[in-house]
Amino acid sequence: MSQRGNIPILRVGSNLLTTIHIDLHDTIAEAFQEDVLVAIKNTGAKGLVIDITGLEEVDTYVARILADTGRMAALMGAHTILVGMRAEVAATLVRMGFAMDTVETALDVDDGLAMLQARKALGRK
Amino acid sequence: MADVVQRWEMPIRTEDDVILVRRKARMLAQERGFDAFATAALTTAASELGRNALVHGGGGGALIEHLADGTRSGIRITFVDRGPGIADMARVLAGGYSTARSLGLGLSGTRRLVEEFDIESAPGAGTKVVICKWTRY
Ligand SMILES: Nc1ncnc2c1ncn2[C@@H]1O[C@H](COP(=O)(O)OP(=O)(O)O)[C@@H](O)[C@H]1O
Ligand SMILES: [Mg+2]
Repeated sequence: MSQRGNIPILRVGSNLLTTIHIDLHDTIAEAFQEDVLVAIKNTGAKGLVIDITGLEEVDTYVARILADTGRMAALMGAHTILVGMRAEVAATLVRMGFAMDTVETALDVDDGLAMLQARKALGRK
Repeated sequence: MADVVQRWEMPIRTEDDVILVRRKARMLAQERGFDAFATAALTTAASELGRNALVHGGGGGALIEHLADGTRSGIRITFVDRGPGIADMARVLAGGYSTARSLGLGLSGTRRLVEEFDIESAPGAGTKVVICKWTRY
């Protein structure tokens, strides 16, 4: 898929899968969000899995970028599932008072994709 | 009493500088035997404070110190900037307040991640934040 940024977005069945493997900062984050939206538009994907296994720390700035990406995708009719959050990242975010409660989460990519399949089977958007 | 074993001074002028400070903190924490949770706490705190120095303070610097008190290792990081300072400290430390339309959880959250947290700031005089975290044994 043609992209502006350097975070790849792949098509997996009727969903999209993206793996964040680099530090998100302003310019990268913006390009990433735009790429996600264009990919949803072009493919009509109803689901998006964002894999953050590679992120060793997630501060409130990055957490907000991830949550915002989910909100943007929702406006385009795609449901986002954030997967691969490390235990220490989850603990740190909650201690800081950040509730990742606007985005659904799952343990890993397989679980995330399975959840999207289950939603599809239920006929939910 | 804790001794300073080694110290590193790093500038904070760009987003990449903030990332370098965080990476240095991570390397040191791992070298000194901090577990994954303590390491994430320290590096996340460094990321929040480094970003604050850059975004709110207009840039500054970080001093990373490796401390030893005989049994344990500590990592102390001091962030300084010569920005506008913080006028309403109580409100900022309570959390959920931001002058940048962001989340306002950086300072209040960072405080809960480290054992020592100290902030000095006055309007017009810049901001200095010191955090410190120790290994368990
Ligand atoms: N180094 C600094 N210099 C000036 N103001 C600061 C500094 N750090 C924090 N502040 C002020 O405190 C507020 C809260 O900071 P923080 O908790 O990190 O949340 P956020 O960065 O999301 O605004 C900021 O919006 C800013 O007004
Ligand atoms: Mg902040």
